[in-house]
Amino acid sequence: MSNYVLKNPNKRPKWHKVSFFGYLMLALITFISIFPFYWMFIVASNGTDEISKIPPTLLPGPRFFTVVSHVYEALPAFNQALLNSFYVGTLVAVAQVFFSALAGFAFAKLNFRGQRYLVLFVVFTMMLPSQLGIIALFKEISLMNLIDTLGALIIPALVTAFGVFWMRQVIDAQVPNELLEAASIDGAGVFRAYWSLVLPIIAQSSFVLGLFSFLASWNDFLWPLLVLNTPENFTAQVAVNQLKSSYAIDYALNMGGAFLSTLPLLILFIFVGRRLVRGVMDGAVKG
Amino acid sequence: MSESALPRGKSKPPTPWKPSKKLDNPNAVPSLNGRWGYLFTAPFFIMFLIFGLAPIVFSVVLAFFDVDVLSGIYNPVGLANFTELFADSRFWNALVNTFDIWLISTIPMIIMSIGLAAILHNPFLKGSTFWRTILLVPNITSVLAIAIVFGQLFGRDFGMINIIIGALGFEHVDFIQGTTSSHIAIASMIIWRWTGYNALIFLAAMLAIPSELYESASLDGAGKWKQFIYVTLPGLRNTITFVLIVGTIGGLQVFAEPLILGGSYNGGDSGQFSTLTLFLFDQAFVGYRWGYAAAIGIAITLIVMIVSTINFFITRRIAGDKS
Repeated sequence: MSNYVLKNPNKRPKWHKVSFFGYLMLALITFISIFPFYWMFIVASNGTDEISKIPPTLLPGPRFFTVVSHVYEALPAFNQALLNSFYVGTLVAVAQVFFSALAGFAFAKLNFRGQRYLVLFVVFTMMLPSQLGIIALFKEISLMNLIDTLGALIIPALVTAFGVFWMRQVIDAQVPNELLEAASIDGAGVFRAYWSLVLPIIAQSSFVLGLFSFLASWNDFLWPLLVLNTPENFTAQVAVNQLKSSYAIDYALNMGGAFLSTLPLLILFIFVGRRLVRGVMDGAVKG
Repeated sequence: MSESALPRGKSKPPTPWKPSKKLDNPNAVPSLNGRWGYLFTAPFFIMFLIFGLAPIVFSVVLAFFDVDVLSGIYNPVGLANFTELFADSRFWNALVNTFDIWLISTIPMIIMSIGLAAILHNPFLKGSTFWRTILLVPNITSVLAIAIVFGQLFGRDFGMINIIIGALGFEHVDFIQGTTSSHIAIASMIIWRWTGYNALIFLAAMLAIPSELYESASLDGAGKWKQFIYVTLPGLRNTITFVLIVGTIGGLQVFAEPLILGGSYNGGDSGQFSTLTLFLFDQAFVGYRWGYAAAIGIAITLIVMIVSTINFFITRRIAGDKS
């Protein structure tokens, strides 16, 4: 984090103050970034008729709770879907952090034959397009009797190559070898060293990886759509997608569903947004 | 990897690779028993074997069969799926659409995100934490939610974009029905979602450029713009390559935006925004032609690999690989 704090701004010569144009651009980007969320709420709180006028209203209307009740009429199991998304996302996040850190620790700090080739192999697997195997994966999941269960979402996502590689970089940079040396002299086993030394040191980065895993799981769309059939097992995304399957698109209903499925993420973002920003920047390729 | 851990002989030239003498991991902690490494990495490799590699291998095999999904009969057909694919106009249409969407989303996105990063890079900027956080907001949303909103905004009769177009005195555009216009709608979703994220990546890279370079450039009389061209851009070479390759791998597999925008796997009434991956899913889960779909999957993989390699070399050349 420290590398993003400028030690003494005055030492850099010729930095001009940010121009009015610069702030204007940032304000514009802020508007464009926020507007779709605002618009979801506007449409959901006004109803489709109010929006289908020229010029359309740009202010919140009184019908938000009516639209919400329509969403729940169309999707009686919507709360269950939100819970399912939360449950799957949390499990996937915890498992990915645990297994990725475990493998990342081994790749960063342990010496075993073939280690360097195995690391290269992990990097290579990241380049394989995920859609290539989707038919066979579907077949495999159905052979395991996991179709229409949340297990079909959780089990294939327990650990990813991206997570392993990321954790390897993090542990390599953040955990000093001397500390592990000292611990092993004190007689700590390798797993003890991982559990009580490595995991606490990398807690911040683990949290960021967990958040990204949670977001990816929550927002995953196609795979849940393929493997889930009954409304009680839907995730929030699949449930919201059900709202589309009518002939005339009811925008208020759709946007209401989209808003309700996005709201938990927006609330989460208020608390963790800054940490996510740091995580993105820490993981960036520099140079 | 730190070089200090490697032996540096003064007299001898570097010896050829000897697996028995050299440590596999020179940065390892020697007192920790390395054999645990196999156990600790096993969960990843086992999971990858079952849910990553096995499906891919099976898909590659599938491409040489004609599969009757209902009866489960696999009929070997040799290269027939591939020859059919090369003659299939839907495939070429999807290929052109995919490249078009990729092009009109990636290039504006990279330019805008470098521009944004340059604004955020200025140490005199007020409220920089706030701006950085706002940039990431679009990235946390689901493609589904955003496609619903953008679908409405690009609507023919009452979409905000068309209302603005109408107010400026032009005819309304039927974005979904047109080829280029539907690609613009899809690209705008991708740009909206990823510009801020990439701006943060570029910002991190800019902050890693040593400030001495700027100092000496300004002593040489280079203004703001020249500093950007001669110091900032060359310093972003690897980052641009990285963003472009990641964007290519994702962009050539685009499917969620067109799927939700059109509401079906066919990518519009005349396939005007059908993409390669959408075509794969259409054949796999609507047409139940698993062998043919597997052949499409192999084609996508090859295309992604070829384009990524070309990208790699082009960006190296453009950015001037002097090191």
